[in-house]
Amino acid sequence: MVPSSAFLVLSAVLFTTGALGVLIRRNALIVFMSVELMLNSVNLAFVTFARQHLSIEGQVAVFFVLVVAAVEVVVGLALIVDIFKTRETTNIDDVDFLRG
Amino acid sequence: MEWVIFVPAATLAVAGGVALVAARQPVHSAIALLVVLVALAVMYLVLAAQFIAALQVIIYAGAIVVLFLFVIMLLQAGTPEGPVNKLPRQRVAALVFGALYLAILLSAALAAAGAFAPPPERFGTAQRVGEALFTTYLLPFELAGVILLVGVVAAVVLGRRTGAGEGER
Repeated sequence: MVPSSAFLVLSAVLFTTGALGVLIRRNALIVFMSVELMLNSVNLAFVTFARQHLSIEGQVAVFFVLVVAAVEVVVGLALIVDIFKTRETTNIDDVDFLRG
Repeated sequence: MEWVIFVPAATLAVAGGVALVAARQPVHSAIALLVVLVALAVMYLVLAAQFIAALQVIIYAGAIVVLFLFVIMLLQAGTPEGPVNKLPRQRVAALVFGALYLAILLSAALAAAGAFAPPPERFGTAQRVGEALFTTYLLPFELAGVILLVGVVAAVVLGRRTGAGEGER
């Protein structure tokens, strides 16, 4: 039987990896995928705690995270495409004007 | 016995996560993201969350990664990041604070860890999750529908705006 701590350690490692990706990478698409990695690691923690406490609420929370993540990806990618059309770049350091 | 499944899946997930962050080209990151998502779906099966595992494969691996791949194709963002770095010390600072953050997160996670009791019958099936969604969590469920609608409208508006703007120029 794998203990819950193993899943939680994996979740923590994945979350930190995603956070480092957000902080270090400058390509908007890779930053965005790192955010998805962080969301997924949180989902793993939710499912682990749902299993540990035998309550279905943790899995319901994962469902809502999935929905919000889907919407976030759609809007975020539309924004990235929009920025690329006007600025010809996906480097987030080049987008620091705070105007259209 | 579950270790036989856990260890390869966890290795794949961590390797995929590192590859996602370290990849030169966004398309390699997308493939690494796919590996992480499938490995986590296996984890969900081990944790008696069959419905969530199916959702993970259908929504994340099926829809979100494909969307990423389409945008990568559309932007032709294969060009590597330039050598210009406006924040030279950010990488070092990120690694230091990332290590600190991992230590805090691990101590918190291990404090919350506990033993697994055998799950009740049909725990984590679509029926159990659906019952909770349509009774206790009905209002959040309906609001999730509204959020999805907002996403659809936002994508249409953002997609059309540049076209209109180019027409005005």
